[in-house]
Amino acid sequence: MICLDLFLGFLKVGCFAFGGAYGAIPLIRDVVMSYGWLSEDMLTYMIAVSESTPGPIMVNLATYIGSSQAGFAGAAVATLAVVLPSFLIILLVTALLKTALKNKYVQAVLRGLKPCVIGIVLATGIDMILGNCFGSVSAIRFDGQAVVVTLLLAAMMLGYKRFAKKKLSPILLILLSAAAGAVLYGL
Amino acid sequence: MSILPDLFLTFAKIGLFTFGGGYAMLAIIENICVERRKWITHDEMMNITVIAESTPGPIAINCATFTGYKKAGFIGALAATLGMITPSFVIIFLISRCLDNILTWTVMANALKGVKIAVGLLILDAAFTMIKKMPGKKLQRTTMVCSCIAMLLIHLFAWNFSSISLMLAAAAVSLMIFIVSGAPDLKGGAGK
Repeated sequence: MICLDLFLGFLKVGCFAFGGAYGAIPLIRDVVMSYGWLSEDMLTYMIAVSESTPGPIMVNLATYIGSSQAGFAGAAVATLAVVLPSFLIILLVTALLKTALKNKYVQAVLRGLKPCVIGIVLATGIDMILGNCFGSVSAIRFDGQAVVVTLLLAAMMLGYKRFAKKKLSPILLILLSAAAGAVLYGL
Repeated sequence: MSILPDLFLTFAKIGLFTFGGGYAMLAIIENICVERRKWITHDEMMNITVIAESTPGPIAINCATFTGYKKAGFIGALAATLGMITPSFVIIFLISRCLDNILTWTVMANALKGVKIAVGLLILDAAFTMIKKMPGKKLQRTTMVCSCIAMLLIHLFAWNFSSISLMLAAAAVSLMIFIVSGAPDLKGGAGK
């Protein structure tokens, strides 16, 4: 029953997605891979599309993955599942448990959770970049173009931050990377 | 306009015109809900931002649910939250119907190989931003480094251990250290 799987999978993501969209990406990657819904490449493209379209990135990803697996019903189920925990928790916190988050045991749990999320996001970033350039352990494959594009884009990000004193917009970065990919891989 | 359609449409507009996910939306939500509409106060907005960081789920959804609830109770929360997700849902649903066709073009396939690299860099950049904002306590830093190494090993050897299990383990360890060290007077909300 694909819709039930989608619901449970994205409910899990919604329950553990601390730290915004980037905290959720490793979880979504886990769920998608364990059910075999999309290839890693397709998921990565979709992360880029979610970055470049309006709205919360998590919602965008849930809608896309749901739609790819079970059409409109799948999209609706996955989207509702990903926002449901957050919706209920906020209602609970604002209506009933105004002090729950200040509880010292809750705080102790959060002190463990938040840095762990950051570690996971960092590992995911490193893993993706290494994967692009050198393949995986089971299939090592050096990709010279990928190394060039990685260095080029990293230099642009750092350079822009240094001289314009603000972050390069993710949409602009994605457009630049698309152009670089089309040129370098098209040669 | 009565409050329910107003909540729905206002959050739909926010959802439609903000790119880049939750944090980018906070400024717009503040501008509309606090300054223009006066639905919530500035303090409440600050409060919800802190709550959003300690609760799971999309930050924009947390804000919409909270504002809707403040204005019109449960139904208000529902109207605002649905408003927030409707534009994304419609746009992505339409894109998902044609993405497979687009991928068959060679130029697009090459461009997407480049895009894959940008996504990796964006995730890495997000991690660095989070590290910078993280309270510089020893325990937190150790947890962060250990989780990162554990996750890299999990990926490297394709172990069957999900990131959620890792998060639960980190939470359990942190709770245990708190109980064992017997520091019940320790102030909550460190790093804020």
